[in-house]
Amino acid sequence: MAVTLKDYRGDVSTWCPGCGHFGVMSGIQKACLNLGLEPHEVAVISGIGCSGKVSEYMRSYGFHTLHGRSLPVAQAVKLANSGLKVIASGGDGDGYGIGAGHFTHAARRNVDMTYVVMDNRVYGLTKGQTSPTSMQGYVSNTSPEGSGEREVKPLELALGAGASFVAQGFSGDIKGLIDLIAEAMKHPGFALVNVFSPCVTYNKINTYDFYRENIVDINDLEDYDPSDKAAAYAKIIEHDGLLKGIVYKQERPAYHTYLKDYPETPIAFNDIEPDSQVLDELWSAFK
Amino acid sequence: MKSEITWKIGGQQGEGIDSTGEILATTLMQQGFQIASYKHFASRIKGGHTYYHIRASHTPIHYQGDTTDILVALDKESYEHNIGAMSSGGFVLMENKKEEKVEEADGCTVIHASFTKMAEELGNKIIRNMIALGSTIYLMGLHYDIFKPLVERKFLRKGQSLVDLNVNALKKGYEYVQNLGLTPYKLETPQPKQQALLTGNEAFAFGAVASGCRFLSAYPITPASEIMEYMKKNLPKVGGVAVQAEDELAGLLMAVGAGYAGVRSMTSTSGPGFSLKTEAIGLAGVSETPVVIVNSQRGGPGTGLPTKYEQGDLNTMIYAGHGDIPRIVLAPSTVEECMYMASTAFNLAEKYQCPVIVALDLVLSLNKQTCPDYQADRFEPIDRGKLLTEEQLAELDEFRFKRYRLTEDGISPRAIPGQKGGVHTANSNEHSETGHITEEPEIRTAMMNKRLGKLQPFKMKGYEFIGQDEHPVETLFIGFGSTRGVLEEVVNELNAQGEDTALAQIKVLYPFQAEGLKELIDGARRVIVVENNWSGQLSGMLQKELQVGSKLQTVKKYSGDPFTKTEILEQIAQKMKEVV
Repeated sequence: MAVTLKDYRGDVSTWCPGCGHFGVMSGIQKACLNLGLEPHEVAVISGIGCSGKVSEYMRSYGFHTLHGRSLPVAQAVKLANSGLKVIASGGDGDGYGIGAGHFTHAARRNVDMTYVVMDNRVYGLTKGQTSPTSMQGYVSNTSPEGSGEREVKPLELALGAGASFVAQGFSGDIKGLIDLIAEAMKHPGFALVNVFSPCVTYNKINTYDFYRENIVDINDLEDYDPSDKAAAYAKIIEHDGLLKGIVYKQERPAYHTYLKDYPETPIAFNDIEPDSQVLDELWSAFK
Repeated sequence: MKSEITWKIGGQQGEGIDSTGEILATTLMQQGFQIASYKHFASRIKGGHTYYHIRASHTPIHYQGDTTDILVALDKESYEHNIGAMSSGGFVLMENKKEEKVEEADGCTVIHASFTKMAEELGNKIIRNMIALGSTIYLMGLHYDIFKPLVERKFLRKGQSLVDLNVNALKKGYEYVQNLGLTPYKLETPQPKQQALLTGNEAFAFGAVASGCRFLSAYPITPASEIMEYMKKNLPKVGGVAVQAEDELAGLLMAVGAGYAGVRSMTSTSGPGFSLKTEAIGLAGVSETPVVIVNSQRGGPGTGLPTKYEQGDLNTMIYAGHGDIPRIVLAPSTVEECMYMASTAFNLAEKYQCPVIVALDLVLSLNKQTCPDYQADRFEPIDRGKLLTEEQLAELDEFRFKRYRLTEDGISPRAIPGQKGGVHTANSNEHSETGHITEEPEIRTAMMNKRLGKLQPFKMKGYEFIGQDEHPVETLFIGFGSTRGVLEEVVNELNAQGEDTALAQIKVLYPFQAEGLKELIDGARRVIVVENNWSGQLSGMLQKELQVGSKLQTVKKYSGDPFTKTEILEQIAQKMKEVV
């Protein structure tokens, strides 16, 4: 029987009605479907926060990990079990705040996986505090005078860190999002899809309307070449990061291709019984 | 004839002290001697006094000895630093560019010679330490020919001329001292043995490979880095992967990820890294993910003593993390045990689906001991616990696989991502049987009982009795980790003096295994716990678990250096006289 969306349905969601995350999850589920994947071939590794619940609400293999820690876990899942399509997912606090260190290294390490960030520019689950991507001047209980910190610019950060695929989507454009996530999953390396995913409860600045009015589709830019990193920086700066589409894409060998004798079949399913010939050879080094 | 000898080379870091020590230790091991060694070093790349101490014996030993029979002092500092620990009548080979002479000083025969000049005569300064080894071997009463197999193995691929240079250097040093007309030691060569020479780090890493470990992720840290280096080099040979993580936390997180994904995985670290990994220990515990964590203890807290020894992480290994975390903590005590205990650790991690922490320490991690050649049948056969096959999963036919099924023994069947019938979410949040978030009090209670109760049936011999025939003794020593080496000898010496003592070497730190140990403690008149930390963490654990009371006394040292036998004997002399 053919796999349908129903197979990808997990637990009942507790996201607020209208939450941008519905669109992101739908984008992931439909991208998997479009790629002909079955739920047991997909692993969604999530962080903590509203966004982290994606591994609960969609049905596939999943690991709901810790705040900011989805990326190390996800990279290892891929390396240990290479037959899986691995998607890490979390929010802006998760990826660009408490997990920013892991993010920069995952980007340069270039393990073949996809990272979908649900960027609502606020801490939702803890009730509305300022997040790393909250715009400078953002007023909340943790920045009552307006945030004095310049916001993290996810696309610039990803490019600077060496990500080989950098895209940005918008929850209000699910069709576009499905394609972006599918492209990211096809990319043989670390692929970031930053998604503007409005928090309808707490963020009254970066709303659906805000993005509809301000976001520029990269496909509408004349002669845009996503393999040109300098052009990518220029356009990101010109539009203050308010772009959607594939911003940058580079053909770069994934991490595992640099590993000596990396097995072609998933390590998780290979025989681990000791081979006495190999052990004897290893032991001889101590003789 | 002598059946045992001790030797030391001292100099500045970067002067090849380590490799010189290793050449001698390996050669003596190849001759059939049993070796215990000790390296002293500082947290810098070049400069600073360092030494390498070797004890070679006909009988099994795990302690490097208190005194030195032959000292090679490459500088004045090495002489001053080490002369106090010389055996009476020992030899010192003193690098002296100004003057060649032999003198009796500090109870030793001090041979002033310039190995540097001799090396220059041979046309290569790099050969200096080999000349000193030639002199050394004469003073031991052995012939420099015994170095040839190792010299050829090390240098032949770089050309015969390099082999010849090294052999000439050995000969030059040998003949130099021979011509002085001194009476050397007469060290007897033992029967050849099927054995090898390695560190605890190497032994654990080799054991892990033999036990089916196929993933390691870690961050460089003294004194655990060698484990990662070994795995980077050797895991690919068995189809595995080692990753250098961006930080300590990621080191464990990745290992947890690989464990979840179905691969036997581990990380290696020391105290500062262990502190950082705490969060991920909780993750492994609550998500019931098998993973092995090696913690090679060094002096703490904070950055502490990066290159010095301590056993101060016992409490953190047992208690680290918020909430209640199921875990097992093992403590090997010799290099050989590091190797075989790896198979226990990986089996327990999968059987109980929890983190298994292996407590090493700097002395055990970095110092080489001889170890009989590995025997495949001494590794526990690989047992992956309740891991289901695709067929078993198909039979269950669950749309949402109950990864956290409530079972009688608290251990749930496990599926590997990629298996068709096992789709589930592992979770660090409290969860239902299918792995979905829940805050329902009843489920929470059931899951806590399951996760923490699953270790209740855990039973393992928690200690090794070291002494003559296991029986309750008058004075029972208790220790864990590398103190075993010196305590073995303390016990032997006291028993030879007519005392009734033994050592209970603790191998399982958590969950505490009282069986047998309780009887030994109850039967003893005094219990002396010997440990290297300030607060007496092992003593505290024994008091908590067994209420030993006032007959427990603690001998502690936390200077960064391990105990010598003399120190322990001095510290316990009074305690032994006290009638309890």
